[in-house]
Amino acid sequence: MAKGEIVLGCLAPHPPHVVYAENPEQNEAFAEGGWETLRWGYNRLARKLKSIDYDAMVIFTPHWQTYIGTHFLGLPKFKSKSVDPVFPNLFRFNYDISVDVELAEKMCEVAGESGIVTKMMRNPDFRIDYGTITSCHMLNPEWDKPLVTISSNRNAHYYSPEVMNEQASALGEACARAVEESGKKVVLISSHSLSHRHFVTESPLPEDMSREHIYNHSQYVWDMKLVELMRGGKMREVIDIMPEFTEQTIAETEAGGLTWMMAAMGYPEYPAEIYGYQSVIGTGNLIAAWDPIEATREIVL
Amino acid sequence: MSSPEILFGIYCPPHPQPLLSPEASEGYGRLRDAFETCRKRIEDSEADLILVYSTTWPSIIGHQIQSHPEPEWVHVDDDFHYLGSMPYKFKMDTEFAEKFRESAESRGLQSRTVSYDGFPIDTGSIVALKLLNPDNKIPACIVSSNMYANRAETIVLGKSARDAIGTQGRKAVVVVVSSLSNRMFTEHIDPAEDRIHSAKDDEWNKKILEFFGEGRLEDLSQLSREIHGQIRVQKVVAYKPAWWMSATMGQHNNYTGEVLAYEALHGSGGAVVVLTPSEGSVGDKEFDEDDVEHYHGDRGVLDTGAL
Ligand SMILES: [Fe+2]
Repeated sequence: MAKGEIVLGCLAPHPPHVVYAENPEQNEAFAEGGWETLRWGYNRLARKLKSIDYDAMVIFTPHWQTYIGTHFLGLPKFKSKSVDPVFPNLFRFNYDISVDVELAEKMCEVAGESGIVTKMMRNPDFRIDYGTITSCHMLNPEWDKPLVTISSNRNAHYYSPEVMNEQASALGEACARAVEESGKKVVLISSHSLSHRHFVTESPLPEDMSREHIYNHSQYVWDMKLVELMRGGKMREVIDIMPEFTEQTIAETEAGGLTWMMAAMGYPEYPAEIYGYQSVIGTGNLIAAWDPIEATREIVL
Repeated sequence: MSSPEILFGIYCPPHPQPLLSPEASEGYGRLRDAFETCRKRIEDSEADLILVYSTTWPSIIGHQIQSHPEPEWVHVDDDFHYLGSMPYKFKMDTEFAEKFRESAESRGLQSRTVSYDGFPIDTGSIVALKLLNPDNKIPACIVSSNMYANRAETIVLGKSARDAIGTQGRKAVVVVVSSLSNRMFTEHIDPAEDRIHSAKDDEWNKKILEFFGEGRLEDLSQLSREIHGQIRVQKVVAYKPAWWMSATMGQHNNYTGEVLAYEALHGSGGAVVVLTPSEGSVGDKEFDEDDVEHYHGDRGVLDTGAL
């Protein structure tokens, strides 16, 4: 069997607003658009994914929070409705997803062997979180690839962002080994915003873009610092400053997603593809991708 | 406005073990028995509303209040999914929910009711309502805990709950769903060997329970910031349940306190406590913390400083 490989890594923020604004038939709410910079960036990245041969998407989500180890979805099918507890007015999504259980079990096994506390999730009533659904829908609206969802263990809460960084790196390295051993071609998805301070009020029409802006300028400056490093292919440096960035901007990187993905990809020294940056209810959201193959790597924006 | 009639308050833990696996350890069983005692107390009372404040329902857009008349789903906990599913169907007091929202808004808070099929009611609220009100004899209301809210906002939220209970003439039982120390073991454990995560957490929990036992709810409210620093994992900005509970129940120490159970729940501190308003008091204190009637939003310290 040929060695498996990671064919693309995507930073894919999941404010439910972008799914809401797309008006897919699965979502019950109706929008008059909004957040085009993000949505059009997502559309372009989704087109790129269509040109790539891969077997499964592996997503690390902040909205399946676990404190007792790292958990993996462990049943082949989940079909239900996901309602966002924070923005139920925007996101009530009827989903029907397939899971690559074999790959999930492999990751769980390899992570366990490397000393990480793990658990397979086998309860058929379990509801898929809106982070997984939003990122996966925007990257693959046809839903024609199986997923592996990995929960986010909250080391940053229990210890510190430094410990989060260490543990998410170890998990990333274990997942990369599992991908290799699986023989599969895999797309990794790190699902989160960058800076993550929300407004606590919402305009009467949530998609009214005249109201949308970053929470404050310092959040923006930090976000741009990260974008600059990503463009420059300095992912080791991004992960090194991750604890400070996370604390300064209450970033959603606290869940460990970007660290996990970068560790799995060996801290790329090539430029990230930048697909768009926009605020959503005050938070900073970047869509980016890391393409290990130089011939297909693009300067998008 | 008539003075609000709050029959008693209950403080109880959010973890699912007392509901799903009470037989797994003696401690979980004792917590279950304590919930059972509370259930009987509620049934024997004249309560016509159970008002729940749950620390496992975080919100961002202000304060959300559940107003679906009959929310129904099968819930599964993020961590403890292997203990089983939690099917539920509750009866909500939608009229009260709307009045609570109005009261909150009239005190300057951002608030909204939520009424959507399939809305994910949180583990803590489900555990409390299934154990305290299994047959939905009494309509309930659940309010979220805003992630960013600190003391002033939480106190004002409690006062607006109190306003709504008064204007609606409800006889309410107030339920706060929260652990004490909230650090869990980060590994899977044998439930029979469950214990409080550390001696320090245990000591603080016992101190808090001493206050509860003496009915000193407002004293606990005043100590909230200290409790947060000492024994709360820093997931949110503050330990808020005592603020909300005391503000809702009247900001005093005049209660008969009963600690019905105190046990470990995967390392965290789980207690079932009942506070019944009484005449006697531990004494009037001069408190350090300001009282606040109306929420004026973030104070814009930086803007003011730049003037
Ligand atoms: Fe999120």
